[in-house]
Amino acid sequence: MDGSLPKKVVEQAEIIADYARQEELDFYPIVFEMLTFEQMAQFAAYGGFPQRYPHWRFGMEYERLRKQHKYGLGRIYEMVINNDPCYTYLLSDNMMVDHKTVMAHVFAHCDFFKNNVWFSKTNRRMIDEMANHATRVRRYIERYGVQRVERLLDTFLSLEDLIDPHSALMQREPKATPRHKKEDERIVEVTRFPAKGYMDRYINPPDMLASDRAARRQEAERAKERFPEKQVRDVLLFLLQHATLEDWEADILSIIREEAYYFAPQAHTKIMNEGWASYWHSVIMTRYALRDDELIDYCEHNAGTLATSPGRLNPYKLGVELLRDIERRWNTGRYGPEYDACDDMARRREWGKEEEPKGPVVGQGSPGRQRIFEVRALYNDVTFLDEFLTPEFVDDQKLYHYRYDPSSGRIVVVNRDFNKIKEQILFMLTNLSKPYIYVMDGNYRNRGELYLAHRHTGADIDIKYAVETLKRLHKIWKRPVHLNGRIDDEPILFTFDGEQSTQQHVDERIDKPANAF
Amino acid sequence: MILQIDNDHQRFRKIVKGRIRKDLRKFLTRGELLGREGKHYVSIPVRGIDIPRFRYGDNSDSGVGKGEGKAGDSVSGEGGLGPGGEQEGHHILEVDVSLDELAEILGEELQLPRIKPKGKHRITAERDRYSGIRQSGPESLRHFKRTFRRALRRQIMSGLYNPDAPRIIFERRDKLYRSWKTILQPQSNAVIIYMMDVSGSMGDEQKELVRLEAFWIDTWLRKNYQGIESRYIVHDVRAGEVDRETFFRIREDGGTRISSAFRLARELIENSYAPSEWNIYLFHFSDGDNSSESDSRECCALLREHLIPSFNMFGYCQVASAYGSGNFINVVHEHLGDIEAVVTSRVNTKDDIYDSIKTFFAAGR
Repeated sequence: MDGSLPKKVVEQAEIIADYARQEELDFYPIVFEMLTFEQMAQFAAYGGFPQRYPHWRFGMEYERLRKQHKYGLGRIYEMVINNDPCYTYLLSDNMMVDHKTVMAHVFAHCDFFKNNVWFSKTNRRMIDEMANHATRVRRYIERYGVQRVERLLDTFLSLEDLIDPHSALMQREPKATPRHKKEDERIVEVTRFPAKGYMDRYINPPDMLASDRAARRQEAERAKERFPEKQVRDVLLFLLQHATLEDWEADILSIIREEAYYFAPQAHTKIMNEGWASYWHSVIMTRYALRDDELIDYCEHNAGTLATSPGRLNPYKLGVELLRDIERRWNTGRYGPEYDACDDMARRREWGKEEEPKGPVVGQGSPGRQRIFEVRALYNDVTFLDEFLTPEFVDDQKLYHYRYDPSSGRIVVVNRDFNKIKEQILFMLTNLSKPYIYVMDGNYRNRGELYLAHRHTGADIDIKYAVETLKRLHKIWKRPVHLNGRIDDEPILFTFDGEQSTQQHVDERIDKPANAF
Repeated sequence: MILQIDNDHQRFRKIVKGRIRKDLRKFLTRGELLGREGKHYVSIPVRGIDIPRFRYGDNSDSGVGKGEGKAGDSVSGEGGLGPGGEQEGHHILEVDVSLDELAEILGEELQLPRIKPKGKHRITAERDRYSGIRQSGPESLRHFKRTFRRALRRQIMSGLYNPDAPRIIFERRDKLYRSWKTILQPQSNAVIIYMMDVSGSMGDEQKELVRLEAFWIDTWLRKNYQGIESRYIVHDVRAGEVDRETFFRIREDGGTRISSAFRLARELIENSYAPSEWNIYLFHFSDGDNSSESDSRECCALLREHLIPSFNMFGYCQVASAYGSGNFINVVHEHLGDIEAVVTSRVNTKDDIYDSIKTFFAAGR
């Protein structure tokens, strides 16, 4: 990559950055680079990074992207990485108007990276870190051979989803109390509600506190017997701490885990992030940057990005429409308890209409605009859709719920029921539509066996995949591994003991793990 | 230009080749694929390599889509943001692969058969160039700017254009499409002569094997050389020429005299395909149970004296049969083992077809 950027593009980048700042977007500096399609496909396969550790799955992705391009099934317009400075890649055979649109788009992405709370703990020097990972893995390949390292990577990648994406932002474990405090003090710190002195014994009744304290003490005693003390969502961390791995193996596992945590917020904010960027490229291009002769090409490409085909939800489209809807609602007072309680659809539709600012674009400083800036800072896809999806929106956007119909073998529209649609969307977004898997016991049956469980949230796990994944897990744990999963409402224990896979119905004859949901 | 990812890509290709071999093996041996031959499109999953993970199973087959339609209507297109969607979906690439592409995949392994440049007509290589504009065509080739310009001009002329609310609406007559010219380039000529033993000892199972094998040979050669000619000969004690349909359907009884087929092939070549003008490929399928040793010897003599000088390749494919000696392959080895253009292979089960084709076409025969 020569990185040399045509002068015209550099000029435009500065101009568009000014527009973006004018609209109060707040972003890291952006480094633009111009790539050929082949280079672009490489970067995209590498998740946007110039360097990754060697692994065939990047090659697979590269092939897919190239094939896609070859058959005209899609092209990569924009790519941006969350880093300080942000790196953005432009495709060299794009037209100037495409470059401008992409720039406007990525300034908003970069604003999102910088200001959305879910990104607040991500490594902003990831570009260096990825190169560092690549070097480390290469070193291991030299030392231990490509076969061994690749096998290990394959094994760990089977488990890379098993992280706790919220853990960066919250305190899962109680803070370590200094050792010099008496153990008893640590355990018996029970919840006291703040109360004025004379009310205290009513609000925090002493006998209640005493029984709480006793219960805690008892629980603490029991917890000591358990390993882990509580079920663990971050399976990778558990393995890192407790599996018998050689140092280099553990290092590779930590690389996989770190990268999984880095990418998680992007997956968890896909709709919002793309919606936000589409909102802003639209504002910046149509209000400021577009030249008359670029209009048609801009419209065509913008329409392409936001296009939906039947049976598909385009995250760009869903995101931008929902943001615009929020902006409109907050500009017309369509929020708050009174609005929420109103179930007269006609009244809701007319609500505050007279207050609505005229013109296609609502300006800066409006309550709606302020609201969407807040939303971009505080929400992720699940909370975004949960809070802001309204029946009117679902109606306007013509959303429906579909299902595979086994009798006809077709996918058919089930209905347009708001609650069902919302439930379905949230289900699809929750945990990225992946099952919740926890470590329940690291010393199952007191034989050092690992016991995982699927917390059932409406869908069964895939048995074939689960069995294969357990085999890989066994390579890491090196003792028998189990997964408790619910299949057709029956609890089933899947086991791989190193030689064979078994499945048995969970009943009272089967030992219980240390923890339960 | 060398990219860093080329290493990963090479590695992936290597794995896939091992994997595609397996997948192809399975694919090649699936009988029902022949039925789709006429449609020209066969859908084979071109898989990536799936990393096993804990994921949801089948009972999560629903989602949310966007568009028109009432309850019960079929949703065209794929599911959208479905469970296990977006992220997961990347790992399984399901692609409709045409016969051409399939042949290409085969070709990566097998290499092109060497067809000597002979003659000046018949076989043509086509190339398309997008060089023009026309009034009709598929929407994917619509030339947006030109169409837009025409619509704009029409609206201005007809006074429908309002500069304050510029709405341009295409009509059918506005639409312009990119078009292409096909350039034909002459290439060399080739003929394939298939011969099949349809005697009583060739049961349905054997014929099915032959049919599959011939299908793949055909697919492969046709993909590379449009305009190639195929002739079909069946024989028991007598030989006769049949059409393609009959060749794959015919049921006969009786004994076997392989030489009868070779004689007919020789006649065909002498009458229609001058070796100076044509590349000639002969394939013979049999269970190897010839009626007499003397006939087998006569076959070899025929091949050596009359046929070998004229053909590029003679492929003999012997399918396993419950009856008879299956000795013909040994006779061929004995008498003609020294000749490079004579290739033999045995096919006992469907799994062997892949290896057999590979034997025939390896090293670009």
